Amino acid sequence: MGNLEKNIAINAENRADFDRIANWISPNAKVLDLGCGDGSLLTQLRKTHKIHGYGVEKDDSNWLKAMNNGVDVIQMDLESGLSGFEAQSFDVVILSQTLQAVLNTEAIIHEMLRVGREAIVTFPNFGYWRHRKQLMVGQMPVSKNLPYQWYDTPNVHLCTIKDFDEFCRKGNIVIEERLVLTDKEEVHFMPNLMGSLAMYRLRSK
Amino acid sequence: MSDTSSVGIVAPKTAHFNEPLQLKSGQVLSQYHLVYETYGELNADKSNAVMICHALSGHHHVAGKHSEDDKYPGWWDNLIGPGKPLDTNKFFVIGLNNLGGCHGSSGPLSTNPATDKTWGADFPIVTVEDWVNSQARLADYLGIKQLAAILGGSLGGMQALHWSISYPERIRHALVIASAPNLTAQNIAFNEVARQAIITDPDFYEGRYYDHGVLPRRGLRIARMLGHITYLSDDAMGEKFGRKLRDGKIKYSFDVEFEMESYLRYQGDKFAGDFDANTYLRMTRALDYFDPAAQTGGDLSAALSKATADFLVVSFTSDWRFSPARSRELVKALLENELSVSYAEVTADHGHDAFLMPDKHYHDIMRAYFAKIEV
Repeated sequence: MGNLEKNIAINAENRADFDRIANWISPNAKVLDLGCGDGSLLTQLRKTHKIHGYGVEKDDSNWLKAMNNGVDVIQMDLESGLSGFEAQSFDVVILSQTLQAVLNTEAIIHEMLRVGREAIVTFPNFGYWRHRKQLMVGQMPVSKNLPYQWYDTPNVHLCTIKDFDEFCRKGNIVIEERLVLTDKEEVHFMPNLMGSLAMYRLRSK
Repeated sequence: MSDTSSVGIVAPKTAHFNEPLQLKSGQVLSQYHLVYETYGELNADKSNAVMICHALSGHHHVAGKHSEDDKYPGWWDNLIGPGKPLDTNKFFVIGLNNLGGCHGSSGPLSTNPATDKTWGADFPIVTVEDWVNSQARLADYLGIKQLAAILGGSLGGMQALHWSISYPERIRHALVIASAPNLTAQNIAFNEVARQAIITDPDFYEGRYYDHGVLPRRGLRIARMLGHITYLSDDAMGEKFGRKLRDGKIKYSFDVEFEMESYLRYQGDKFAGDFDANTYLRMTRALDYFDPAAQTGGDLSAALSKATADFLVVSFTSDWRFSPARSRELVKALLENELSVSYAEVTADHGHDAFLMPDKHYHDIMRAYFAKIEV
């Protein structure tokens, strides 16, 4: 796949998690979307939930797309933290399918919980059976949610659902809700094996 | 003109005001005039006006040319015109020369109505607040109750920001480009060196040089040279001039040997011939004094509590005089007030001057923002 197709693939999958994210947002909430891309999640939430939202985006061309979509967008690099935002100034801070590409993973999760009363984090589950199968065969997994080759991937911190559960436990982070999806359907049986996309609703202890 | 993206041949106009203007310093301007230009058409419900606030050495001539023979168009012509990012097919654009300026508005070069003599050094020291008040009167004069947007870069950005505080109901959008919520100590220091260069020039005569038939050219020239160094980035200078020698070899003299020196001297000489020293002193002071948060104990967010406009804030990565960090301070305060704000940090190597350059991404940002403004 070329980069364009990859992006389309990721966007299509995003829409699946967008609907689920929307279920976790209260009407009129103040929302911060980290790595907002072209701003489609915020645009959708504004229509369906009348939220007051801001996007954060580092990439020039995504920033422009978000602006053209009518989203208030702040250009900054997540890796430098969220010092531009006051503590507890948002109802929800969202990190949708970006966690795995962040270097300072631990810091960003704690920053999200400083700035927001709640955090929503979604990521591709590396423990998904198709990924495991590819590793068994001896190759790095490539899938709909992980469409990159090992040499061109932006993903530096891939994890499994089990890993992230443990991360939260150690970091004193409360998991309010966890949802696991495969092909847009909820997975309840052996989620770390059967689920391709993990979604968490978090708050500080 | 064949260039269809130009506003074409334009002519400045003058607005006279007889209602006294109370200045922040305590002085009063009993009457004054502002020279201005407009581009595009004011629509029927007067909802499409955009005012441009100029920076240190700017003026009312923002776009187009005064005659076919003009070598250069207005100072922000690359941004403003039919089909350009600030599209004059949609917007009615107003440029003006601020009070204290030297391009036609009341200032040191104009006549003091009380004495019938040139104001010179007696022209009051004006502030960003005073400018904004006078700009609001110009909007009144043009019959405009509310501006679609106020736009400015650098010192002009400070005026745009102040509009949002002083006249929240009179603007819908504020575009604050390469600016800051106040000057840093280092910036004030640069301004002071520039002022000292002028004030200690033997031809300055405490600002009464007109009476002596001379101009403090040496001082102005040094002030401008210093300014130019700080408006550019180290990288941009290195790229443009490096250590290039004008004659290819070192001559063991204090004449112009490096290309860098040649450029600075050229810019300094040009400016010293065009610009008024008393105006320069006043413009730098307006920069130094601007500090809206001073009213609220240093709390910028509280200073902006009355603002209602939507904001676009833009900074440039290599701008060290009005650095991105200063724009981020402003953005933080706007976010704390839950205002609609977008912020772009443009990767550019032209330093502070980048806000006047036709960089594609920067202009795409401006185009996108102006496109979403409803008129």
